[in-house]
Order: sequence, then structure tokens, then C-alpha cells
Amino acid sequence: MHEMSIAQSLIDIIKEEMTRHDATVLRSVRLNIGQLSAIVPQSLSFCFEVITSGTELEGAKLIMEVIPLEGMCRECKQAFGIEDYAFECPYCGSPDIETTAGQDLSIVDMEVD
Amino acid sequence: MKISVVKNILEANDRIAQENRAIFDESNLLVINLMSSPGAGKTSLLEKTIDALKNDFQIGVIEGDIQSSQDAERIARKEIPVVQINTGGACHLDGNMIRDTFKEFVFDDLDLLVVENVGNLVCPAEFKVGEDFKAMILSVPEGEDKPAKYPLMFHESKVLLINKIDLAPYLDCSIEDMKKEALKVNPHLTIFEVSCKTGEGLDSWYAWLKDAVNNRKSA
Repeated sequence: MHEMSIAQSLIDIIKEEMTRHDATVLRSVRLNIGQLSAIVPQSLSFCFEVITSGTELEGAKLIMEVIPLEGMCRECKQAFGIEDYAFECPYCGSPDIETTAGQDLSIVDMEVD
Repeated sequence: MKISVVKNILEANDRIAQENRAIFDESNLLVINLMSSPGAGKTSLLEKTIDALKNDFQIGVIEGDIQSSQDAERIARKEIPVVQINTGGACHLDGNMIRDTFKEFVFDDLDLLVVENVGNLVCPAEFKVGEDFKAMILSVPEGEDKPAKYPLMFHESKVLLINKIDLAPYLDCSIEDMKKEALKVNPHLTIFEVSCKTGEGLDSWYAWLKDAVNNRKSA
């Protein structure tokens, strides 16, 4: 249950961005949640609600998209979806792959007034 | 109005971890973030490792637990510097908590600092603390399905110690399958099969760790 820490970090970034853009109302925030990150979207949503309740951010919507794991083989240069967390190339079997998507936990954008 | 942000949510922690790392770098100190489920044998491995290496290196330990100082007391008996962090509920250590312990250590006097994270197979893997690498323990009784169920920690670790191999004959668990499953999630894992109870397999771990500390010192 580290979603509370994540929600707090998220809120810190949101506040910083709102101050920078002179915004007072937060309508929604879009997040990309990499498949590899150990985040449960429902838990994050719940923690976000708990922390923001009674504050100026109350009622803001969290829109979360889970980004599937994708890789690229450094040997045979093929791109592929990483299935069942198997970090090897499904074409040539090489373990020398680069993870190109699905690892990060990031804010994409926010809708503010 | 739409604001485009595109920021890593853990950026603040990553930044602190980087600052910690810069401080460790000044002393050429090897820092290991040691993770596992509760009861897999992190403190036992540390006790054995300290006994084996304390004539060669100066070792320091940061103990992370939700509550209690039992682990720090075990380590303190080895007469090395140790600091206990009680997270008071948090399931992992973060960069900030580690930074708060710095005043308790003289890093120039140390060669190796081990951060024993809170026992948890999920959350600690998400937070950097400024370590050179993450090492994890999976104990045989936990079963071979853990890499598939908790892929992040296996993916983030450089070293996997499979502990309690002395129990394998009594359990329906195959160490070979455990290794296979772990290597599927992370083909680059360095794996040691050990028993902190009998001492089996620990010599290869000590030798590997000695090289890692020496390489760090000469870097």
C-alpha cells in the first residue's frame, strides 16, 4: 500500500503546476500508469480522494491509463509487446532488450481553471 | 485550460535519491538496498555477511522497519554502526528517510552501507534511496510463483539470493523452477543459492560482494 506516498507526490506536483499557471480549480488529471509499476489504480484513486477531501482540490477527477509493457530487441531490432513479464525477445530469444513502454508512472496533463 | 505536465510522479524522490548518491560517491561507498518479504532472512544474511567481511571492510547498516528496533539491536551486537528507521506505518523506505540518517554516519570511514528495507515484496521496489543496486532475497518456502506475481522487485534487482535452501527437501518447491521464473522476469539477475542456517552457498556471495566493494573503492 504505497499508493498513499504516490498520491502525496502527485498532489505536490499538481499544486506546484497550478501555482505556476495561476490556476485555482483542478478539474482533472491524466496519469499514465506503467504495467510494471506496482500501483493499483483503485487504491491510488482512493488515496487521492482522501488527501484532497476538504481541500481546494476536492472533486478533481483522476483519469488513469495503464500502459502495457513494450520492448525492442537490441539483437534483431524487432518491436513487441512484453507478455507475462517475460523480458526476452519473442522472435530471437535474446535477453538483450530495451523496455520502451510500461515502466513509468507519470502525469500527462491536467485540466484547470 | 489544459496544462501539459509530462512528469514522473516519483520525480521528487528520485531527485533526493540522486543527491544521496552524490554524497555516497564522494566516499566511494558501495550502497546496497536489500529487499524481501518479511521473514525471508534479510537480517540473518546481514549478520552472516558482517561476520564474514568485517575484517576486510568497514560496514554500516540502516535498518528499516514499520515498528521496533529488534533488527538494529541484532546488528549492533556486531559492533558496527547501525541506525534504525521506524517508518511508523509506511511500507517502504524512501530517499528522504535515508538522508535523515546521514548525521549518524561518517561515510569516509565506511566501505559498504547496507540499507535493509521494510519487509515487503511490492512497495520498496518503487522507491530509490541512492543505492548502487538493489539486492533481494526470496526464501524457498515462499514458492516459485513469486517472480510472476511480484515482477517489479525481481525486475529492479541486480542480485537474487535464494535463501533457506536447506528446507527444500521438506517442501514441494523446486529451486530450479524458482530460478527459471526469476530469470524470465529479469534475465540479467545474478543468483546465489544460500542457507543462512547451514552456511551453504554463502562463500560465493561473500566473494562476489568483496569484488563489488573493491571495484567501488577503486572507481
